[in-house]
Amino acid sequence: MISRREFWQAGMAASAIVGASGLGNWGRLAAQQALTQDQLLAFEDFGNVTLIHITDIHAQMRPVWFREPSINLGVGEVKGLPPHVTGAEFLKTFGIEPGSTMAYALTSDDFQALARGYGRMGGMDRVSTVVKAIRAARPEALLLDGGDTWHGSLTALKSQGQDVVDVMNALGVEAMTSHWEWTLGTERVMEIVDSLPFPFLGANIFDVEWDEPAFEPYKMFERGGVKIAVIGQAFPYLPIANPKWMFPEYSFGIREERMQEVVDEVRAAGADLVVCLSHNGFDVDRKMAGRVQGIDVILTGHTHDAIPEPVLVGDTILIASGSNGKFVSRVDLDVRDGRMMGFRTRLIPIFSDVIEADPEITAVIEAGRAPYRDEAEEVIGTTESLLYRRGNFNGTWDDLICDAVRSERDAQIALSPGVRWGPTLLPGEDITREDILGVTAMTYGQCYRTEMTGADLKLILEDVADNLFNTDPYYQQGGDMVRVGGLSYRIDISQEIGKRIDQLTLTDTGAAIDPATSYTVAGWASVNEGTEGPQIWEVIEDHVRKLGTVRRDPAETVTVTGL
Amino acid sequence: MRLSRRETLILGLGGVAAAALPLPAMAAAEEAIAAFTGGATPGTGGLTLTAPEIAENGNTVPISVDAPGASAILVLALGNPTPPVATFNFGPAAGSQSASTRIRLAKTQEVLAIAKMADGSFVEARSTVKVTIGGCGG
Repeated sequence: MISRREFWQAGMAASAIVGASGLGNWGRLAAQQALTQDQLLAFEDFGNVTLIHITDIHAQMRPVWFREPSINLGVGEVKGLPPHVTGAEFLKTFGIEPGSTMAYALTSDDFQALARGYGRMGGMDRVSTVVKAIRAARPEALLLDGGDTWHGSLTALKSQGQDVVDVMNALGVEAMTSHWEWTLGTERVMEIVDSLPFPFLGANIFDVEWDEPAFEPYKMFERGGVKIAVIGQAFPYLPIANPKWMFPEYSFGIREERMQEVVDEVRAAGADLVVCLSHNGFDVDRKMAGRVQGIDVILTGHTHDAIPEPVLVGDTILIASGSNGKFVSRVDLDVRDGRMMGFRTRLIPIFSDVIEADPEITAVIEAGRAPYRDEAEEVIGTTESLLYRRGNFNGTWDDLICDAVRSERDAQIALSPGVRWGPTLLPGEDITREDILGVTAMTYGQCYRTEMTGADLKLILEDVADNLFNTDPYYQQGGDMVRVGGLSYRIDISQEIGKRIDQLTLTDTGAAIDPATSYTVAGWASVNEGTEGPQIWEVIEDHVRKLGTVRRDPAETVTVTGL
Repeated sequence: MRLSRRETLILGLGGVAAAALPLPAMAAAEEAIAAFTGGATPGTGGLTLTAPEIAENGNTVPISVDAPGASAILVLALGNPTPPVATFNFGPAAGSQSASTRIRLAKTQEVLAIAKMADGSFVEARSTVKVTIGGCGG
């Protein structure tokens, strides 16, 4: 990791690469010479309420590289609207200069070069410094965590989320909602929830048997004389997208009418400000904001979008704070006479080489890490390619994973889940065990091997595509397309379910997939109970050890039409 | 259809009689609708059908209907081999004209509810419930 002092020099060194790409502008890099923590934290206090939002940390306690997607398509009414803009279009939409710090933080253009110049992002000890600075200006600021917190790293998997819980408690989180937390299983979730010094909110979490609310729906805070209701909304499709046998007692769902009931309830109880701490995903929240009356602020999560400005739907503002600790949102509000009269927000990028680590939190992180450090830091191989995950259809990490699955499990076709978490590795870096777990850690990581017919494969691709490209956001589950290895296909995202996918072929031979023929298929993250096979990270480790050095260009097996 | 204890309880409290429709398996949804409405074209408004957008378990999908002032509500699962699910009849003593139950859905389909209002008119509400093979949420 480069030190803070080296931030600028590294930027200069990278400039040659940027210049060569013909896209970047190293004059912009030079303009960052004076970037300081004070500048990153600069904020003119506004109004009388401050919210601090973090979400989708995915157990990344330390700074990471995280490349944002180059493809993030929207369909229907939200086509071309944020967050469905990427690259140069994104920069243009928000008036961000190419090659600048925010261009690096928010887009994928020139990622390698800019990463070397600007360094890793995130780290909960840096987040703590930002939180403390905001609290110094606004002692009554409310710190809210949108969930997907206790999952996503080797240490979180091994400690069943405890390393993260300890850090978040030390950070002073005041309420949270949930998604991947539930993959720890009900018993462990309840054990942690009972230990939390703050509420675990979920207005949409119901008891399966009686179909009645099972968790605290909201918490009323009183800050600066303002009554703030924070309503939690857990990920609606947990029992569908994740293994419901791990939390069979609970039902989720969007439950829009329930949200309206709770909003009405908190308003009747005197709330001056209604905040929804949501794990719906951005498009679902945008639709909900237009249909549920009386929410002032939705702090969105799940789909990992970082949007530098609030999105307005009627009188509701939507805040999208990114993922993996890359950003903290500060939301200042003017609340008077029971109404939100105005807002000022900032998506604060956590440049880990610029923002000082809070030693108190560093100590907590290191204590949680200590039992697993040697195991985590063992070098398995190196990479000469950029390994990243995000994108609607594929990324080099998943290309490598599919290679590993096909090779180690001797399968014609590999399937890898379209999750959106998992940090990036730069060319020239070691691949440690922790890096592999960073893109795979989960409690149902068995790598199965089975046979599927061509018709089955088409059905799976159609089903997942509809989770992503259904024009009604309420039917979207918020992941990306399932990744495939050994299989090529064409997708028309403008079609409806059953008609999007065609031209399925075996990539190696170019032979068309026959609906009635069986193919050997291996994959991981099955939601079915009793799935058998080695853990996916072991499969990848074996593969990477054999390769020694990984070289993987992005696969070109998916043809996208209907844009 | 099968009523759980809780649902039976609610129905009982409301002074409601729930009648299952044992129509022949091959009876078309149209027949059930025609029998219920007498051929009248239903309007909209005044009837709320609450169903999940995506079923967590297609074998037991919780739905509820609410139509203040209705005398009866017909529920159909249009994509099932046997579309008629239930008709809820509300007597004059009913405290509210609402009911909840769980239905089995064979595949992704539209659930249709039609309410007979006190003035003899009909209103309908529809909701698509997706039955999925499971995905990978981010």
